[in-house]
Amino acid sequence: MNLIEWFADPAHWAGPDGIPRQVLTHLVYCAIAAAVAIVVALPAGLVIGHTGRGAVVVAGLANALRALPTLGLLIAAVLLVSPHVGSQLAFTVPALIVLVVLAIPPILTNAYAGVTAVPPQVRTAAHGIGMRPWQVLLTVELPCALPLVISGVRSASLQLVSTATVAAYVSLGGLGRYIIDGQAQLDYTQMLAGAILVALLAIVVEALLLLLERLVVSPGLTGRLRRLPDPDRAPGAGPDPAPTAAPVAAPASGRAP
Amino acid sequence: MTPRRTPRAATALAAALALLTATGCGIGSDPLAAGEEGADRDGSGPVVVGSANFLDSLLVANIYAEALRAEGIEVEERYNIASREAYVPGLIDGSIDLIPEYSGALLQYVDPETEATADAEVLEELRVQLPEGLAVLEASEAQSKDVLVVTGETAAEHGLETVSDLVPLAGEMTLGGPPEWKTRHNGIVGLREVYGLEFATFVALDAGGPLSLNAVTNGQVDVVDLFTTDPAIGERDLVMLEDDRGLFLAENILPLVRDRAVDGEARAVLDAVSARLNTDDIREMMGRIISQRENPTLVARDWLTANGLA
Repeated sequence: MNLIEWFADPAHWAGPDGIPRQVLTHLVYCAIAAAVAIVVALPAGLVIGHTGRGAVVVAGLANALRALPTLGLLIAAVLLVSPHVGSQLAFTVPALIVLVVLAIPPILTNAYAGVTAVPPQVRTAAHGIGMRPWQVLLTVELPCALPLVISGVRSASLQLVSTATVAAYVSLGGLGRYIIDGQAQLDYTQMLAGAILVALLAIVVEALLLLLERLVVSPGLTGRLRRLPDPDRAPGAGPDPAPTAAPVAAPASGRAP
Repeated sequence: MTPRRTPRAATALAAALALLTATGCGIGSDPLAAGEEGADRDGSGPVVVGSANFLDSLLVANIYAEALRAEGIEVEERYNIASREAYVPGLIDGSIDLIPEYSGALLQYVDPETEATADAEVLEELRVQLPEGLAVLEASEAQSKDVLVVTGETAAEHGLETVSDLVPLAGEMTLGGPPEWKTRHNGIVGLREVYGLEFATFVALDAGGPLSLNAVTNGQVDVVDLFTTDPAIGERDLVMLEDDRGLFLAENILPLVRDRAVDGEARAVLDAVSARLNTDDIREMMGRIISQRENPTLVARDWLTANGLA
């Protein structure tokens, strides 16, 4: 059976093992892992970036987490968890744990880097008009850091979509089923179909997150805002903080005390 | 490696592969020594014993080698050869002379279409189908084959002894096995066709590995596929269900030899080993090697001594 025939076979689109169901399962694993990772890593990254405390720890921790081999961690987690959980959760929980571990580093480091990259004059100005520290963080630093924060979420999501395939190694569903089963059954068409589905899903998820980035990031940060003539100010008079706030360009140095 | 060097390395590799193929050398053999230990040698030199790259094959290879040595036959060891795809050609070209094999798996290798599953049937077909120059000697009753396993608790609760006993219960049970079981006759398909067993769910695990073992001992699955030689079966109080309708392919352990390289004296020794070897002994020896980290060669010698073969 060639690839086109495989995709054309209606049996592959129906039932609990069908493509729609497996795509959904795959997305559910990714979404849960991404949500947990965001809840854990985003506040931590923002606070570390804001206070400047724990930066060394976060860099070390994030890199250590990145170095963990997902498949090895998954099997170890299953062997550790299964004696304590009688049900199929013994597979689901470890799979989600390793996916969360995978998703934390990009989100954490990007949130931290995003906040550190906010130009000091912006922060000083916010303090200057009497904002409290948490207001500075939430209403100034976070919006300025959003492009980097979202790119962290994007890169975490891409890794999740591709790596959630390992769940199939411990009996769970998702697109990895086609890859693991295809290999075990020497059915390489099925394997290839699984790989293609994963790639397509990754592209779709990436496109959606790019769209989200367009919607939520302040136009002032992206350079997409067409400069309107400002009635109160002569054009080109004085520095405007917004364009310089492109976070990648700004050095992560000096900051208001 | 720099990109510039890659094409040269690839060419060299291709050339080396072509050379190997052209001279018919198998695994581990020195191409220059091919004339010396090639297919022309008769029973005069050492018997080269090989093994596959997993533990029970290595253990049995050690038993064969030590048994031959005990009778004063010169032996050379060439263990941990990757897989059947590598060592069978190695036997044909004379890189090795003798290797432990499993009747069913070997038969499927030489005849993928075979439908034989019972011990005698498999052995009979094997003798017919083996490539020219290879032979299998007497088979032992020891088998390393698929077996459905439940915990002692489950077995006691439902009075389970055979696979057939599962029929009224399967609708509420979870079965664990390797992913290939979904489509294999030697798996779910056969369980349905031969026994009429329809499990409530199938959980795709590994082939008799740690995931399978853990899943059954911790209750994620009720029934799981393991191998009969797995020492954990005894250690963790698991019960093997008898395959009363003969679904699972026989996997009797037997010596696969290069016909001309193993003489009558050596054959008599190997036959005596096979006459004594059984599954329980293998499982017990595997337990010593895995759990107590004993040396396979010493474990093999102990078994030979205990059975009056050394």
